[in-house]
Amino acid sequence: MPPTTTTSATRPSRRFDVNTPDEPGVFTSNQELRERALALARTVTDPEMPMLTLDDLGVLRSVEVSETGAVTVAITPTYTGCPAMATMRDDLVRVLGEAGLAATVRVSLSPAWSSDWITERGRQALADHGLSAPGRVPARSGPVALSLLPTRRELHCPRCGSDAVELTSEFGPTACKALYRCTSCLEPFEHVKEI
Amino acid sequence: MPESPQPDPTGPDELDAIQSVADDVAHQPSHPAPDPNDAHGSVYDGLLGGDPSHWAFGTDFEDPLAGVDTTIPDGVDAADLGTYCLMLADDALIASQRLSEWTSRAPDLEDDIALSNIALDLLGQARLLLARAAAADPSLVPALPEGSPVPPEDALAFFRSDREFRNVRLVELDNGDFAVTIVKLLLFSSARIAVFEQLVDSRDHVLSAVAAKGIKELTYHRDYAGRWFLTLARGTQESRRRIDAALVQVWPLQAEQFATHEVEARVAEAGVGVDPATVSDAVAVVLAQVFALSGVEQPTGAPMAAVQGRQGRDGMHTEALSRILGELQVVARAHPMGQW
Repeated sequence: MPPTTTTSATRPSRRFDVNTPDEPGVFTSNQELRERALALARTVTDPEMPMLTLDDLGVLRSVEVSETGAVTVAITPTYTGCPAMATMRDDLVRVLGEAGLAATVRVSLSPAWSSDWITERGRQALADHGLSAPGRVPARSGPVALSLLPTRRELHCPRCGSDAVELTSEFGPTACKALYRCTSCLEPFEHVKEI
Repeated sequence: MPESPQPDPTGPDELDAIQSVADDVAHQPSHPAPDPNDAHGSVYDGLLGGDPSHWAFGTDFEDPLAGVDTTIPDGVDAADLGTYCLMLADDALIASQRLSEWTSRAPDLEDDIALSNIALDLLGQARLLLARAAAADPSLVPALPEGSPVPPEDALAFFRSDREFRNVRLVELDNGDFAVTIVKLLLFSSARIAVFEQLVDSRDHVLSAVAAKGIKELTYHRDYAGRWFLTLARGTQESRRRIDAALVQVWPLQAEQFATHEVEARVAEAGVGVDPATVSDAVAVVLAQVFALSGVEQPTGAPMAAVQGRQGRDGMHTEALSRILGELQVVARAHPMGQW
Protein backbone atom coordinates (compact mmCIF):
# COMPACT_ATOMS: atom_id res chain seq x y z
CA MET A 1 0.00 0.00 0.00
CA PRO A 2 1.53 3.30 -0.97
CA PRO A 3 1.71 5.87 1.79
CA THR A 4 -0.76 8.64 1.26
CA THR A 5 -1.32 11.89 3.00
CA THR A 6 -4.60 12.29 4.77
CA THR A 7 -6.08 15.69 4.54
CA SER A 8 -8.43 15.24 7.46
CA ALA A 9 -5.61 14.14 9.75
CA THR A 10 -3.56 17.22 9.00
CA ARG A 11 -6.46 19.64 8.89
CA PRO A 12 -8.83 18.26 11.50
CA SER A 13 -10.78 21.35 12.35
CA ARG A 14 -11.95 22.36 8.91
CA ARG A 15 -14.87 20.47 7.52
CA PHE A 16 -15.78 20.45 3.86
CA ASP A 17 -12.82 22.36 2.57
CA VAL A 18 -12.95 23.46 -1.00
CA ASN A 19 -9.83 22.42 -2.85
CA THR A 20 -7.59 25.25 -3.81
CA PRO A 21 -7.79 25.48 -7.57
CA ASP A 22 -4.98 26.07 -10.00
CA GLU A 23 -6.97 28.01 -12.51
CA PRO A 24 -10.28 29.82 -12.31
CA GLY A 25 -11.97 27.69 -14.99
CA VAL A 26 -11.28 24.46 -13.11
CA PHE A 27 -12.40 26.14 -9.91
CA THR A 28 -15.93 26.69 -11.11
CA SER A 29 -16.49 23.22 -12.48
CA ASN A 30 -14.73 21.50 -9.63
CA GLN A 31 -16.54 23.56 -7.08
CA GLU A 32 -19.84 22.75 -8.71
CA LEU A 33 -18.93 19.10 -8.83
CA ARG A 34 -17.93 19.15 -5.18
CA GLU A 35 -21.12 20.89 -4.14
CA ARG A 36 -23.15 18.34 -6.03
CA ALA A 37 -21.20 15.45 -4.48
CA LEU A 38 -21.52 16.99 -1.04
CA ALA A 39 -25.26 17.50 -1.42
CA LEU A 40 -25.65 13.87 -2.44
CA ALA A 41 -23.40 12.54 0.33
CA ARG A 42 -25.41 14.53 2.84
CA THR A 43 -28.56 12.56 1.95
CA VAL A 44 -27.07 9.19 2.90
CA THR A 45 -28.46 7.85 6.17
CA ASP A 46 -26.95 5.78 8.96
CA PRO A 47 -27.67 2.05 8.43
CA GLU A 48 -28.65 1.49 12.06
CA MET A 49 -30.36 4.81 12.77
CA PRO A 50 -31.94 5.64 9.40
CA MET A 51 -33.64 8.76 10.77
CA LEU A 52 -30.16 10.31 10.88
CA THR A 53 -27.97 11.20 7.93
CA LEU A 54 -24.26 10.44 8.17
CA ASP A 55 -23.80 14.20 8.07
CA ASP A 56 -26.12 14.74 11.06
CA LEU A 57 -24.24 12.03 12.91
CA GLY A 58 -20.88 13.71 12.27
CA VAL A 59 -19.60 10.58 10.55
CA LEU A 60 -19.30 12.29 7.15
CA ARG A 61 -16.02 14.20 7.47
CA SER A 62 -15.21 15.63 4.09
CA VAL A 63 -15.99 15.55 0.40
CA GLU A 64 -13.10 16.43 -1.85
CA VAL A 65 -12.70 16.71 -5.58
CA SER A 66 -9.26 16.38 -7.13
CA GLU A 67 -8.02 18.44 -10.03
CA THR A 68 -8.94 15.57 -12.30
CA GLY A 69 -12.47 15.53 -10.91
CA ALA A 70 -12.16 12.40 -8.75
CA VAL A 71 -14.52 12.49 -5.75
CA THR A 72 -13.22 11.29 -2.38
CA VAL A 73 -15.53 11.03 0.60
CA ALA A 74 -14.07 10.61 4.09
CA ILE A 75 -16.03 8.99 6.92
CA THR A 76 -15.01 8.21 10.48
CA PRO A 77 -16.21 5.32 12.67
CA THR A 78 -18.23 6.14 15.77
CA TYR A 79 -16.52 3.23 17.54
CA THR A 80 -13.39 1.39 16.37
CA GLY A 81 -15.23 -1.89 15.89
CA CYS A 82 -18.25 -0.34 14.18
CA PRO A 83 -19.53 -3.07 11.84
CA ALA A 84 -21.57 -0.61 9.79
CA MET A 85 -18.61 1.09 8.09
CA ALA A 86 -18.76 -1.07 4.98
CA THR A 87 -22.49 -0.51 4.61
CA MET A 88 -21.96 3.24 4.93
CA ARG A 89 -19.27 3.11 2.28
CA ASP A 90 -21.45 1.08 -0.07
CA ASP A 91 -24.40 3.40 0.46
CA LEU A 92 -22.26 6.46 -0.32
CA VAL A 93 -20.77 4.85 -3.42
CA ARG A 94 -24.23 3.78 -4.60
CA VAL A 95 -25.93 7.15 -4.04
CA LEU A 96 -23.15 9.09 -5.75
CA GLY A 97 -22.89 6.43 -8.44
CA GLU A 98 -26.59 6.67 -9.28
CA ALA A 99 -26.03 10.37 -9.92
CA GLY A 100 -23.14 9.55 -12.24
CA LEU A 101 -20.35 10.38 -9.82
CA ALA A 102 -17.68 7.75 -9.20
CA ALA A 103 -16.60 8.19 -5.61
CA THR A 104 -13.92 6.67 -3.44
CA VAL A 105 -14.59 6.40 0.28
CA ARG A 106 -11.78 6.46 2.76
CA VAL A 107 -11.62 6.15 6.53
CA SER A 108 -10.51 9.11 8.57
CA LEU A 109 -9.28 7.90 11.97
CA SER A 110 -8.19 11.22 13.36
CA PRO A 111 -9.64 13.19 15.03
CA ALA A 112 -11.68 10.49 16.77
CA TRP A 113 -15.46 10.80 16.43
CA SER A 114 -17.24 12.64 19.21
CA SER A 115 -20.95 12.58 20.00
CA ASP A 116 -20.62 16.38 20.18
CA TRP A 117 -20.51 16.28 16.38
CA ILE A 118 -24.16 15.22 16.15
CA THR A 119 -25.98 18.22 14.70
CA GLU A 120 -29.01 19.92 16.24
CA ARG A 121 -31.12 18.48 13.45
CA GLY A 122 -29.66 15.06 14.27
CA ARG A 123 -30.50 15.46 17.94
CA GLN A 124 -34.05 16.42 17.07
CA ALA A 125 -34.35 13.41 14.76
CA LEU A 126 -33.16 11.13 17.57
CA ALA A 127 -35.72 12.58 19.98
CA ASP A 128 -38.49 12.33 17.36
CA HIS A 129 -37.75 8.62 17.13
CA GLY A 130 -37.73 7.85 20.82
CA LEU A 131 -33.99 7.99 21.30
CA SER A 132 -32.35 10.18 23.91
CA ALA A 133 -29.64 12.42 22.43
CA PRO A 134 -26.21 12.65 24.03
CA GLY A 135 -25.28 15.53 26.31
CA ARG A 136 -22.04 17.45 25.92
CA VAL A 137 -18.91 15.37 26.38
CA PRO A 138 -17.35 16.51 29.65
CA ALA A 139 -14.08 18.35 29.17
CA ARG A 140 -11.12 16.40 30.45
CA SER A 141 -7.70 17.45 31.60
CA GLY A 142 -5.25 14.89 32.88
CA PRO A 143 -5.89 11.15 33.12
CA VAL A 144 -9.38 9.72 32.56
CA ALA A 145 -11.03 9.46 35.95
CA LEU A 146 -12.44 6.14 37.06
CA SER A 147 -16.15 6.36 37.75
CA LEU A 148 -17.53 3.67 40.04
CA LEU A 149 -20.99 5.14 40.33
CA PRO A 150 -23.51 5.14 37.48
CA THR A 151 -22.91 8.05 35.13
CA ARG A 152 -25.18 10.94 36.06
CA ARG A 153 -26.90 12.41 33.05
CA GLU A 154 -29.67 14.98 32.91
CA LEU A 155 -32.07 12.99 30.79
CA HIS A 156 -35.73 13.06 29.95
CA CYS A 157 -37.77 10.12 28.83
CA PRO A 158 -38.15 10.60 25.07
CA ARG A 159 -41.72 9.27 25.30
CA CYS A 160 -43.36 10.98 28.28
CA GLY A 161 -40.78 13.71 29.04
CA SER A 162 -40.33 12.68 32.67
CA ASP A 163 -36.87 13.13 34.19
CA ALA A 164 -37.43 10.16 36.48
CA VAL A 165 -35.22 7.78 34.57
CA GLU A 166 -32.69 5.16 35.57
CA LEU A 167 -29.73 3.61 33.84
CA THR A 168 -30.15 -0.07 33.01
CA SER A 169 -26.81 -0.58 31.27
CA GLU A 170 -24.06 1.54 29.72
CA PHE A 171 -24.02 -0.87 26.79
CA GLY A 172 -26.93 -1.16 24.39
CA PRO A 173 -27.91 -2.87 21.14
CA THR A 174 -25.28 -0.87 19.27
CA ALA A 175 -21.91 0.30 20.55
CA CYS A 176 -23.02 3.93 20.69
CA LYS A 177 -26.07 3.49 22.94
CA ALA A 178 -26.82 2.99 26.64
CA LEU A 179 -30.03 1.46 27.99
CA TYR A 180 -32.38 3.43 30.23
CA ARG A 181 -35.78 2.93 31.78
CA CYS A 182 -38.35 5.60 32.59
CA THR A 183 -39.74 5.08 36.06
CA SER A 184 -42.81 7.22 35.27
CA CYS A 185 -44.18 5.60 32.13
CA LEU A 186 -42.13 2.42 32.71
CA GLU A 187 -40.96 2.29 29.10
CA PRO A 188 -37.34 1.42 28.32
CA PHE A 189 -35.43 3.70 25.97
CA GLU A 190 -31.99 4.10 24.46
CA HIS A 191 -29.57 6.93 25.04
CA VAL A 192 -26.80 7.79 22.61
CA LYS A 193 -23.69 7.86 24.79
CA GLU A 194 -21.32 10.75 25.21
CA ILE A 195 -17.97 9.76 23.74
CA MET B 1 -28.78 -30.82 5.74
CA PRO B 2 -30.10 -34.25 4.70
CA GLU B 3 -31.80 -36.17 7.48
CA SER B 4 -29.60 -38.64 9.30
CA PRO B 5 -30.13 -42.14 8.00
CA GLN B 6 -31.90 -44.37 10.50
CA PRO B 7 -29.39 -46.82 11.98
CA ASP B 8 -31.99 -49.57 12.50
CA PRO B 9 -32.56 -52.12 10.99
CA THR B 10 -28.95 -52.77 10.11
CA GLY B 11 -28.71 -55.63 7.71
CA PRO B 12 -25.85 -55.65 5.17
CA ASP B 13 -28.00 -53.94 2.49
CA GLU B 14 -29.02 -51.21 4.88
CA LEU B 15 -25.42 -50.68 5.91
CA ASP B 16 -24.47 -50.28 2.25
CA ALA B 17 -27.27 -47.79 1.81
CA ILE B 18 -26.11 -45.83 4.84
CA GLN B 19 -22.55 -45.84 3.55
CA SER B 20 -23.75 -44.65 0.16
CA VAL B 21 -25.63 -41.74 1.72
CA ALA B 22 -22.60 -40.90 3.85
CA ASP B 23 -20.37 -40.97 0.77
CA ASP B 24 -22.71 -38.66 -1.07
CA VAL B 25 -22.75 -36.22 1.81
CA ALA B 26 -18.98 -36.38 2.22
CA HIS B 27 -18.34 -35.76 -1.45
CA GLN B 28 -20.75 -32.93 -1.87
CA PRO B 29 -19.03 -29.59 -1.72
CA SER B 30 -20.60 -27.58 1.05
CA HIS B 31 -21.07 -24.61 -1.29
CA PRO B 32 -21.64 -25.84 -4.86
CA ALA B 33 -20.32 -23.31 -7.33
CA PRO B 34 -23.09 -21.67 -9.36
CA ASP B 35 -23.44 -23.36 -12.75
CA PRO B 36 -23.04 -20.60 -15.33
CA ASN B 37 -24.96 -22.72 -17.89
CA ASP B 38 -27.99 -23.18 -15.68
CA ALA B 39 -30.65 -20.79 -16.93
CA HIS B 40 -32.29 -20.67 -13.49
CA GLY B 41 -29.04 -19.95 -11.73
CA SER B 42 -28.28 -21.20 -8.27
CA VAL B 43 -29.47 -20.07 -4.87
CA TYR B 44 -25.87 -19.07 -4.21
CA ASP B 45 -25.82 -16.61 -7.08
CA GLY B 46 -25.33 -13.12 -5.85
CA LEU B 47 -23.86 -14.16 -2.52
CA LEU B 48 -20.53 -12.89 -3.73
CA GLY B 49 -20.25 -9.89 -5.97
CA GLY B 50 -23.31 -8.00 -7.08
CA ASP B 51 -24.56 -5.40 -4.65
CA PRO B 52 -22.37 -5.73 -1.59
CA SER B 53 -24.55 -3.56 0.58
CA HIS B 54 -26.89 -6.52 1.23
CA TRP B 55 -24.35 -7.99 3.58
CA ALA B 56 -23.30 -6.79 6.98
CA PHE B 57 -20.05 -8.70 6.92
CA GLY B 58 -17.54 -9.84 4.39
CA THR B 59 -17.68 -6.66 2.37
CA ASP B 60 -15.57 -4.61 4.67
CA PHE B 61 -12.96 -2.18 3.53
CA GLU B 62 -10.30 -4.11 1.69
CA ASP B 63 -7.78 -2.11 3.65
CA PRO B 64 -8.91 -0.84 7.05
CA LEU B 65 -6.21 1.84 6.88
CA ALA B 66 -7.23 3.05 3.40
CA GLY B 67 -6.33 6.70 3.11
CA VAL B 68 -4.52 6.79 6.45
CA ASP B 69 -0.93 8.01 6.54
CA THR B 70 1.07 4.83 7.14
CA THR B 71 4.51 6.32 6.55
CA ILE B 72 6.93 4.93 9.11
CA PRO B 73 8.22 7.75 11.33
CA ASP B 74 11.93 8.55 11.23
CA GLY B 75 14.18 6.91 13.75
CA VAL B 76 12.17 3.76 14.40
CA ASP B 77 12.97 0.30 13.12
CA ALA B 78 10.10 -0.95 10.94
CA ALA B 79 10.36 -4.46 12.40
CA ASP B 80 10.17 -3.04 15.93
CA LEU B 81 7.14 -0.96 15.04
CA GLY B 82 5.45 -3.99 13.47
CA THR B 83 6.18 -6.20 16.49
CA TYR B 84 5.00 -3.51 18.89
CA CYS B 85 1.72 -3.22 16.97
CA LEU B 86 1.34 -7.00 17.23
CA MET B 87 1.71 -6.79 21.02
CA LEU B 88 -1.05 -4.20 21.33
CA ALA B 89 -3.17 -5.98 18.73
CA ASP B 90 -2.82 -9.46 20.23
CA ASP B 91 -3.78 -8.21 23.70
CA ALA B 92 -6.99 -6.82 22.21
CA LEU B 93 -7.68 -9.77 19.90
CA ILE B 94 -7.35 -12.46 22.57
CA ALA B 95 -9.19 -10.40 25.19
CA SER B 96 -11.96 -9.87 22.62
CA GLN B 97 -12.19 -13.56 21.75
CA ARG B 98 -12.36 -14.51 25.43
CA LEU B 99 -15.05 -11.94 26.20
CA SER B 100 -17.12 -13.06 23.23
CA GLU B 101 -17.31 -16.52 24.83
CA TRP B 102 -19.85 -14.92 27.17
CA THR B 103 -22.18 -14.07 24.30
CA SER B 104 -25.50 -15.81 25.03
CA ARG B 105 -24.14 -17.10 28.36
CA ALA B 106 -23.82 -14.01 30.56
CA PRO B 107 -25.73 -13.75 33.87
CA ASP B 108 -28.33 -11.48 32.28
CA LEU B 109 -29.14 -9.93 28.93
CA GLU B 110 -27.67 -6.51 29.76
CA ASP B 111 -24.31 -8.00 30.67
CA ASP B 112 -24.41 -10.30 27.68
CA ILE B 113 -24.75 -7.19 25.52
CA ALA B 114 -22.17 -5.24 27.51
CA LEU B 115 -19.50 -7.95 27.27
CA SER B 116 -20.21 -8.39 23.56
CA ASN B 117 -19.92 -4.63 23.01
CA ILE B 118 -16.59 -4.53 24.82
CA ALA B 119 -15.39 -7.48 22.77
CA LEU B 120 -16.42 -5.66 19.59
CA ASP B 121 -14.53 -2.50 20.56
CA LEU B 122 -11.41 -4.54 21.24
CA LEU B 123 -11.80 -6.43 17.99
CA GLY B 124 -11.92 -3.10 16.14
CA GLN B 125 -8.73 -1.99 17.88
CA ALA B 126 -7.08 -5.32 17.07
CA ARG B 127 -7.99 -5.05 13.40
CA LEU B 128 -6.46 -1.61 12.94
CA LEU B 129 -3.35 -2.58 14.89
CA LEU B 130 -2.87 -5.81 12.96
CA ALA B 131 -3.25 -3.88 9.70
CA ARG B 132 -0.69 -1.38 11.01
CA ALA B 133 1.69 -4.23 11.91
CA ALA B 134 1.37 -5.68 8.42
CA ALA B 135 1.94 -2.30 6.76
CA ALA B 136 4.97 -1.56 8.94
CA ASP B 137 6.65 -4.93 8.44
CA PRO B 138 5.12 -7.13 5.70
CA SER B 139 7.52 -9.95 6.62
CA LEU B 140 5.42 -10.53 9.78
CA VAL B 141 2.46 -11.68 7.69
CA PRO B 142 2.24 -15.47 7.26
CA ALA B 143 2.41 -16.69 3.65
CA LEU B 144 -0.83 -17.99 2.20
CA PRO B 145 -1.57 -19.91 -0.99
CA GLU B 146 -1.29 -17.79 -4.11
CA GLY B 147 -4.58 -16.11 -4.91
CA SER B 148 -5.88 -16.33 -1.34
CA PRO B 149 -8.28 -13.46 -0.65
CA VAL B 150 -7.28 -13.32 3.03
CA PRO B 151 -6.20 -9.74 3.87
CA PRO B 152 -2.98 -9.22 5.86
CA GLU B 153 -4.70 -8.45 9.17
CA ASP B 154 -6.72 -11.66 8.90
CA ALA B 155 -3.60 -13.63 7.98
CA LEU B 156 -1.99 -12.33 11.16
CA ALA B 157 -5.03 -13.21 13.27
CA PHE B 158 -5.76 -16.63 11.82
CA PHE B 159 -2.51 -18.06 10.48
CA ARG B 160 0.07 -17.42 13.17
CA SER B 161 0.91 -20.13 15.69
CA ASP B 162 0.80 -19.66 19.46
CA ARG B 163 4.52 -18.85 19.75
CA GLU B 164 4.06 -15.97 17.32
CA PHE B 165 1.41 -14.28 19.48
CA ARG B 166 2.75 -11.41 21.57
CA ASN B 167 -0.11 -10.86 24.02
CA VAL B 168 0.38 -10.83 27.78
CA ARG B 169 -0.76 -14.04 29.44
CA LEU B 170 -3.47 -12.26 31.45
CA VAL B 171 -5.80 -12.00 28.45
CA GLU B 172 -5.55 -15.67 27.45
CA LEU B 173 -6.56 -16.97 30.89
CA ASP B 174 -9.88 -18.83 30.82
CA ASN B 175 -12.94 -16.73 31.68
CA GLY B 176 -13.73 -18.72 34.81
CA ASP B 177 -16.84 -17.43 36.52
CA PHE B 178 -18.20 -13.90 36.12
CA ALA B 179 -15.96 -12.64 38.94
CA VAL B 180 -12.80 -13.89 37.22
CA THR B 181 -13.89 -12.18 34.00
CA ILE B 182 -14.54 -8.91 35.85
CA VAL B 183 -11.16 -9.00 37.61
CA LYS B 184 -9.38 -9.75 34.32
CA LEU B 185 -11.22 -6.92 32.57
CA LEU B 186 -10.49 -4.48 35.39
CA LEU B 187 -6.75 -5.24 35.38
CA PHE B 188 -6.52 -5.28 31.57
CA SER B 189 -8.56 -2.15 30.83
CA SER B 190 -6.83 -0.18 33.61
CA ALA B 191 -3.41 -0.95 32.15
CA ARG B 192 -4.45 -0.45 28.53
CA ILE B 193 -6.11 2.92 29.06
CA ALA B 194 -2.99 4.15 30.89
CA VAL B 195 -0.76 3.01 28.01
CA PHE B 196 -3.11 4.59 25.45
CA GLU B 197 -3.11 7.88 27.35
CA GLN B 198 0.63 8.07 26.61
CA LEU B 199 0.31 6.54 23.14
CA VAL B 200 -1.80 9.46 21.85
CA ASP B 201 1.50 11.35 21.64
CA SER B 202 3.08 8.70 19.40
CA ARG B 203 4.86 10.00 16.34
CA ASP B 204 3.13 7.21 14.43
CA HIS B 205 -0.14 8.61 13.08
CA VAL B 206 -1.96 5.27 13.20
CA LEU B 207 -0.97 4.42 16.78
CA SER B 208 -1.83 7.93 17.88
CA ALA B 209 -5.28 7.75 16.23
CA VAL B 210 -6.04 4.25 17.55
CA ALA B 211 -5.06 5.37 21.05
CA ALA B 212 -7.16 8.55 20.96
CA LYS B 213 -10.20 6.58 19.93
CA GLY B 214 -9.41 3.63 22.20
CA ILE B 215 -9.31 5.80 25.32
CA LYS B 216 -12.95 6.74 24.83
CA GLU B 217 -13.92 3.08 24.54
CA LEU B 218 -11.70 1.83 27.35
CA THR B 219 -13.16 4.42 29.72
CA TYR B 220 -16.47 2.57 29.50
CA HIS B 221 -14.79 -0.83 29.79
CA ARG B 222 -12.89 0.10 32.94
CA ASP B 223 -15.91 1.74 34.55
CA TYR B 224 -17.99 -1.35 33.78
CA ALA B 225 -15.43 -3.68 35.35
CA GLY B 226 -14.84 -1.37 38.32
CA ARG B 227 -18.56 -1.07 39.08
CA TRP B 228 -19.07 -4.81 38.92
CA PHE B 229 -16.01 -5.37 41.10
CA LEU B 230 -17.50 -3.04 43.72
CA THR B 231 -20.94 -4.64 43.39
CA LEU B 232 -19.63 -8.18 43.78
CA ALA B 233 -17.28 -7.27 46.63
CA ARG B 234 -20.08 -5.54 48.56
CA GLY B 235 -22.86 -7.84 47.47
CA THR B 236 -23.61 -11.18 49.07
CA GLN B 237 -21.26 -13.47 50.95
CA GLU B 238 -21.14 -15.66 47.88
CA SER B 239 -20.29 -12.83 45.47
CA ARG B 240 -17.61 -11.63 47.91
CA ARG B 241 -16.16 -15.13 48.17
CA ARG B 242 -16.00 -15.30 44.39
CA ILE B 243 -14.37 -11.89 43.87
CA ASP B 244 -11.76 -12.74 46.54
CA ALA B 245 -11.03 -16.07 44.88
CA ALA B 246 -10.86 -14.41 41.44
CA LEU B 247 -8.38 -11.83 42.66
CA VAL B 248 -6.13 -14.51 44.12
CA GLN B 249 -6.23 -16.39 40.84
CA VAL B 250 -5.77 -13.47 38.42
CA TRP B 251 -3.49 -11.08 40.31
CA PRO B 252 -0.24 -12.98 39.58
CA LEU B 253 -0.79 -12.22 35.89
CA GLN B 254 -1.14 -8.47 36.18
CA ALA B 255 2.51 -7.52 36.74
CA GLU B 256 3.50 -8.86 33.31
CA GLN B 257 1.59 -5.99 31.73
CA PHE B 258 4.20 -3.58 33.09
CA ALA B 259 7.33 -5.63 32.39
CA THR B 260 9.20 -3.75 29.66
CA HIS B 261 10.05 -5.89 26.63
CA GLU B 262 13.14 -4.82 24.68
CA VAL B 263 10.95 -3.92 21.68
CA GLU B 264 8.75 -1.73 23.91
CA ALA B 265 11.85 -0.05 25.27
CA ARG B 266 13.14 0.72 21.77
CA VAL B 267 9.85 2.06 20.36
CA ALA B 268 9.39 4.15 23.51
CA GLU B 269 12.89 5.55 23.04
CA ALA B 270 11.97 6.42 19.45
CA GLY B 271 8.86 8.31 20.58
CA VAL B 272 6.54 5.87 18.85
CA GLY B 273 5.51 3.48 21.64
CA VAL B 274 5.07 3.44 25.40
CA ASP B 275 7.27 1.74 27.99
CA PRO B 276 4.54 0.08 30.11
CA ALA B 277 6.67 0.31 33.25
CA THR B 278 6.13 4.07 33.19
CA VAL B 279 2.37 3.71 33.74
CA SER B 280 2.58 1.06 36.46
CA ASP B 281 2.26 3.53 39.36
CA ALA B 282 -0.69 5.36 37.82
CA VAL B 283 -2.53 2.08 37.34
CA ALA B 284 -1.76 1.01 40.91
CA VAL B 285 -3.40 4.21 42.16
CA VAL B 286 -6.58 3.51 40.19
CA LEU B 287 -6.72 -0.09 41.40
CA ALA B 288 -6.08 0.95 45.01
CA GLN B 289 -9.11 3.24 44.67
CA VAL B 290 -11.28 0.31 43.57
CA PHE B 291 -9.96 -1.99 46.29
CA ALA B 292 -10.45 0.63 49.02
CA LEU B 293 -14.04 1.42 48.01
CA SER B 294 -14.76 -2.28 47.74
CA GLY B 295 -13.24 -3.07 51.13
CA VAL B 296 -10.86 -5.55 49.54
CA GLU B 297 -7.26 -5.99 50.67
CA GLN B 298 -4.59 -5.11 48.14
CA PRO B 299 -3.55 -8.51 46.74
CA THR B 300 -0.03 -9.67 47.50
CA GLY B 301 0.39 -12.78 45.32
CA ALA B 302 3.75 -13.00 43.57
CA PRO B 303 3.78 -12.48 39.78
CA MET B 304 3.57 -15.58 37.63
CA ALA B 305 7.11 -16.61 36.74
CA ALA B 306 8.58 -16.23 33.28
CA VAL B 307 9.55 -19.46 31.53
CA GLN B 308 13.30 -19.43 30.83
CA GLY B 309 13.08 -15.66 31.07
CA ARG B 310 10.28 -15.51 28.52
CA GLN B 311 6.72 -14.22 28.93
CA GLY B 312 3.75 -13.55 26.66
CA ARG B 313 5.47 -10.67 24.84
CA ASP B 314 8.21 -13.16 23.84
CA GLY B 315 5.68 -15.71 22.57
CA MET B 316 5.77 -17.87 25.70
CA HIS B 317 2.21 -18.62 26.72
CA THR B 318 0.04 -20.83 28.85
CA GLU B 319 -1.84 -23.80 27.44
CA ALA B 320 -4.98 -21.65 27.42
CA LEU B 321 -3.72 -19.70 24.39
CA SER B 322 -3.35 -22.81 22.24
CA ARG B 323 -6.91 -23.81 22.99
CA ILE B 324 -8.43 -20.41 22.30
CA LEU B 325 -6.43 -20.11 19.07
CA GLY B 326 -7.76 -23.51 18.01
CA GLU B 327 -11.28 -22.18 18.23
CA LEU B 328 -10.43 -18.76 16.77
CA GLN B 329 -8.52 -20.11 13.78
CA VAL B 330 -10.05 -23.45 12.80
CA VAL B 331 -12.49 -22.20 10.17
CA ALA B 332 -10.10 -19.76 8.50
CA ARG B 333 -7.35 -22.40 8.40
CA ALA B 334 -9.68 -24.98 6.87
CA HIS B 335 -10.55 -22.53 4.07
CA PRO B 336 -7.48 -20.42 3.26
CA MET B 337 -9.07 -19.58 -0.10
CA GLY B 338 -12.48 -18.84 1.39
CA GLN B 339 -14.42 -15.66 0.85
CA TRP B 340 -16.74 -14.52 3.60
